[in-house]
Amino acid sequence: MSKQVTLAMGAGGKQTAELIDKVFAKRFESPLLTADDAAVLERPAGRIAMSTDGFIVSPSFFPGGNIGKLSVCGTVNDLACMGARPLYLTCAFVIEEGFDLDKLEQIADAMAKTAAEAGVTLVAGDTKVAGKGQVDGVFITTTGVGEIVEGAAPAGANARPGDAIIVTGDVGRHGCTILLARDDFGIEANVTSDCAPLWSSVEAMLNASKNIHVIRDATRGGVGTVLYEIASQSGVGISLDAAAVPVDPAVGGVCRMLGLEPLYLACEGRLVVIAPKDEAPVLVEALRSAPHSKGAAIIGEVTDERPGWVVMNTEVGTQTLLPQPGGELLPRIC
Amino acid sequence: MSGDARQTAAQIVQSYDGPPLRIMEVCGTHTHEIFRLGIRSLLPPQVDLISGPGCPVCVTPVGFIDEALWLAEHGVTIATFGDLVRVPGTERSLADARADGARVQVVYSPLDALSYAKEHADEQVTFLSVGFETTVPAACLVADQALEEGVSNFSLLTANKTMPNAYAALRQSADVFLYPGHVHAITGTALCEELAEQGVSGVLAGFTAKELVTALAVAVRKSQEGKPFFVNAYPRVVRPEGTPAAVALMDKVMEPVDAEWRGLGVIPQSGLQLREAYSAIDARKKFEMPHIEGKPNPACRCGEVLQGHCKPSDCPLFGKVCTPQHPVGACMVSGEGACSAYFQYGGGQL
Repeated sequence: MSKQVTLAMGAGGKQTAELIDKVFAKRFESPLLTADDAAVLERPAGRIAMSTDGFIVSPSFFPGGNIGKLSVCGTVNDLACMGARPLYLTCAFVIEEGFDLDKLEQIADAMAKTAAEAGVTLVAGDTKVAGKGQVDGVFITTTGVGEIVEGAAPAGANARPGDAIIVTGDVGRHGCTILLARDDFGIEANVTSDCAPLWSSVEAMLNASKNIHVIRDATRGGVGTVLYEIASQSGVGISLDAAAVPVDPAVGGVCRMLGLEPLYLACEGRLVVIAPKDEAPVLVEALRSAPHSKGAAIIGEVTDERPGWVVMNTEVGTQTLLPQPGGELLPRIC
Repeated sequence: MSGDARQTAAQIVQSYDGPPLRIMEVCGTHTHEIFRLGIRSLLPPQVDLISGPGCPVCVTPVGFIDEALWLAEHGVTIATFGDLVRVPGTERSLADARADGARVQVVYSPLDALSYAKEHADEQVTFLSVGFETTVPAACLVADQALEEGVSNFSLLTANKTMPNAYAALRQSADVFLYPGHVHAITGTALCEELAEQGVSGVLAGFTAKELVTALAVAVRKSQEGKPFFVNAYPRVVRPEGTPAAVALMDKVMEPVDAEWRGLGVIPQSGLQLREAYSAIDARKKFEMPHIEGKPNPACRCGEVLQGHCKPSDCPLFGKVCTPQHPVGACMVSGEGACSAYFQYGGGQL
């Protein structure tokens, strides 16, 4: 077999079968993984959540992960935000002609490992090869189905004045990692992506309390964009304690150099959780017991003042508005 | 400094009860940080904080963008800091020209521009050299290197500015200047001392929350003593002698020239141009460029904003036709511009 992906490997014939066998089938092996046109699955007892997401990150390998890990985390985390235990995942690859098979195997390895950790089963897939220059490396789309835990009903419109706002760890690490990996700035810093599957964090919270108003995955626009969305959906104001927002010192340093706001840098393993103030300490404790949310912290509260706005309480004792999200910060981060 | 001491600085500012006081922060980074930290809300009503002309993009005149467009139209690749791409010239911006097929390459340092030129030997590459004493040394380093290595497809279009004569031109606009820490880290503090002797007061300020609040506390307290003063409130970075090696390099490569500041007009000897020995990489000489006079949008009040004569929200264009997404004036383009900061931080709502 060739060391690179060829157009013939996407043509549906013998080479396609070889590619699937060598790269995907053995890594994704399970009784549910279909060899036919569609996977046939048992219906879960509860209501289901379903989500789909496309991944085009550049570069496709970065400190802390690769596009394969990202493609599993992204969809699993979207399901988790609805209080859904991830069950099944499908994946579709569009691969550029000439892409290294070695790298493709590393991507598939990462997907298998992350899926196992998240407790989700890969049940169906598709592989297409596009001509050189028609895609950049590899693009992956994943679709997931999860079972909603009885009693959980988080939604963006449910934030209420008096609720506490929790983040599950330091913010902006994925965006900063990708920025540095592109090497446009000649800055070197020891930053790794926060990319992680977060069902274990959500499960820990739901075991502690189902009284959670909002769970959101802070991806592309970072925590700041998610907070503005929640403020708008729920018709509430949001008040943040600037000093309480966890930021890795290296990420903070890069942001100061480039004039960026860490709250607007992408995360791929961080949730924003909004719950009644009384529940917050229990939820934070539960989060800290899960592997990917040990840095969980309360960063502010929901108010009935200035609906639609996010207000920062600064380190000098003043109040200022968090600038609204806008413009293109960085393309192709996930 | 302990938390208590920081509170004291904030309290000194808050409790000022002297006569009206106009403090001008000269540096664009100060402007941005003052907005980000909500520092205006600490000030009593009689203290006015004016955002001065210290954002390099904001003071770059319309005609300079027109000159860059002229080069782009003549097939030259423009290498520039990203902010300048969206600054409107008389009729259009470099972003518009790029959409029409002009080659506009965003770089993050003058060295990147030179590297780009070396890697693209078939293109003529001109770097748009803007900025104050903080960025001039890097431009000079690159000019020196390009000449020495004989990189024949590289040149600079200069619009660099220096602060000394700008302070003199602005002395009627403010009672106390917050001097830009990074500029004086290069040039030292002798000028500030001289200005104090001439009756111009100022405090050299750093960039963190406590450095900025401390500098303001010094400004309000010293101004009550009734005589002109200078205080270096950023001693961890600014030494009295500055950085002599950088100053020597600037002097070797560039010489003072009268310069136009957007909104402020021509300030004598406040700009820099390449010396005669660097003519080969001076884009104006190399491409025999004509003199180009720009025409700013007459409704835009950036000039008055830069002098503290009006607030961004007093401009009829502010927030309506002029926004960070579609800037009319230069002050709306850069994150360091007063209009952009004012807009992004809620138009003074808080």
